[in-house]
Amino acid sequence: MKVLVPIKRVIDANVQVRVKSDQTGVELTNVKMAMNPFCEIAVEQAVRLKEAGIASEVIVVSAGPAQAQETLRTGLAMGADRGIHIQSDEDLQPLAIAKLLKAVVANEDPGLVILGKQAIDGDNNQTGQMLSALLGWSQGAFISAMEKDGDLLKITREVDGGLQKVSVKLPSVLTVDLRLNEPRYASLPNIMKAKKKPIDATSPADLGVEVAPRVKTLKVTEPPARAAGVIVGSVAELVDKLKNEAKVI
Amino acid sequence: MEFGLTQEQQMVVDTVRDFVEKELYPHEAIVESKGHVPPEITRDIRQKVLDMGFYAANIPEEFGGGGLDHVTMTLLERELGRASQALSVIFGRPSNILCGCKGEQVEKYLKPAIRGEKIDCIALTEPDAGSDVRSMKASAIKDGDDWIINGTKHFITHADEADFAIVFIATGEEQTPRGPKKRITCFLIDRDTAGFEIRDGYQCVSHRGYNNSILNFDNCRVSSAQILGEEGTGFDEANTWLGATRLTVAALAVGRAQRCFDMAVEWAAERKQFGQAIGKFQGVSFKLADMATEIQAAEYLTLGAAWKLDQGLPADQDIAMAKLYATEMLGRVTDETLQIFGGMGLMTELPIERFWRDARVERIWDGTSEIQRHIISRGLLRPLGA
Repeated sequence: MKVLVPIKRVIDANVQVRVKSDQTGVELTNVKMAMNPFCEIAVEQAVRLKEAGIASEVIVVSAGPAQAQETLRTGLAMGADRGIHIQSDEDLQPLAIAKLLKAVVANEDPGLVILGKQAIDGDNNQTGQMLSALLGWSQGAFISAMEKDGDLLKITREVDGGLQKVSVKLPSVLTVDLRLNEPRYASLPNIMKAKKKPIDATSPADLGVEVAPRVKTLKVTEPPARAAGVIVGSVAELVDKLKNEAKVI
Repeated sequence: MEFGLTQEQQMVVDTVRDFVEKELYPHEAIVESKGHVPPEITRDIRQKVLDMGFYAANIPEEFGGGGLDHVTMTLLERELGRASQALSVIFGRPSNILCGCKGEQVEKYLKPAIRGEKIDCIALTEPDAGSDVRSMKASAIKDGDDWIINGTKHFITHADEADFAIVFIATGEEQTPRGPKKRITCFLIDRDTAGFEIRDGYQCVSHRGYNNSILNFDNCRVSSAQILGEEGTGFDEANTWLGATRLTVAALAVGRAQRCFDMAVEWAAERKQFGQAIGKFQGVSFKLADMATEIQAAEYLTLGAAWKLDQGLPADQDIAMAKLYATEMLGRVTDETLQIFGGMGLMTELPIERFWRDARVERIWDGTSEIQRHIISRGLLRPLGA
């Protein structure tokens, strides 16, 4: 079974994001970029499936500008077998990406697609679910555990208020949550091998997908600064403030 | 001329930076307070580096190491240099000189060192032989097929952790056109050898937890099979394999300076006095400009020297320039950063005072700044007969 792992290049999670002075977006000049942390978890899971003999091949795919290739190389250095780069300088929105991935699935015929539950830049949390709908495949979002059980996958989903255990039929689209695994560091031998692994280049036009944005960003602003807190002198004062100032109890 | 990194080099940098930030930074405070790295932390870090295949990245592939070239290795050392030396040393770069191992030495020392099973340390310095290393007094006398060693080495970092020591010992004297010269031989000496004692050294203000030891040899008997290379070729072995060690000090200085500087910039942008960010005062902003310029200059010098080594070009002067400039730069950058932080910079709650203390030794070990200037000027004047 082939496993397809879509991955995204985003601002590094440790970078403090700053809004551009013209409010058209966030500052990307001289900013360190990295693989979206949830995508790393997805790659790790796919590589583990391969190591367990469940997956036969791990393919990483990324849609975006030329630099997306760096992110694909990182996926290859983590242990993926090959990459697909869908070259596009457009502002790619979740539905467009889901359509592109559907086209890649049609070409590659994977048994499983594993994605991060969301990317830390747009925080949309839509692509996996949209892809599942477009393909008509089963879907398991926000998974924190998975286990193969015959033709089924037993998964644990992190849902509001607890954990939900369900079985999904293959082929399936899974989106991964933070606690599924701890991604490995790229190993030195794999970094050296990554260059020799193939990355196929394609484009939205090649895949026959229209990717024009459907949502327009009007303005990007910093969230309002949070007001400083106060230290209360006693529990009684706290209760009084909650009752009479915050009016929450 | 190509200044960009290859994709592999960029991935090495990103991976090591990530590792340093996630696996080393969190232990720095405990190492500072305890004065040593707790053994369970050492084991954990070493195992992770082994799993990543980064252990012994400096050793050529033919011997089973990672086989990184000098430029990539310098980038790796730069990233490791950000973190406390006591922790970054666990990342495992066995001494290159072990590549000179022959016969049974390969299985006994080189391979276990590459696999992280045996730890080495290098012993050269003596109480009366610092920069003037050939004046060493530790000596060995031949007795049949054995050598009897007597003498003392000090400032031997990492000996507390070492399973064996790579020790330079005088084994006689020879006449040369420039007068009598000691013959120096390199021995591999196991920790538990009779007559060999490793004891605690001095308390050092720099690199707490990266301890120095005193090595005592009292009629210590070792066989000729423990000689690395040949009798009398110790310095040739050192020149063949240890040439780039100084470059790692330069690389460390660049990485450490960058970490320190990033904190200075952030502080200058956020700390407000007299109603504005202190970075708006030229007294602070010009310091930042000078620091950024010097860090970049040191980085180019360091990577340039590494590039020359990779090209097989003579690089002694370049390495000396990189070591001299980068370590002096680190002294200035840590001092100015402390000045920008003001009183808070001296408090142990922040790592600034540690960067400042740690920086001081870089101008001294692996060849003092004065020795580096000697190497550079010798290269200038010798061809002219002066």
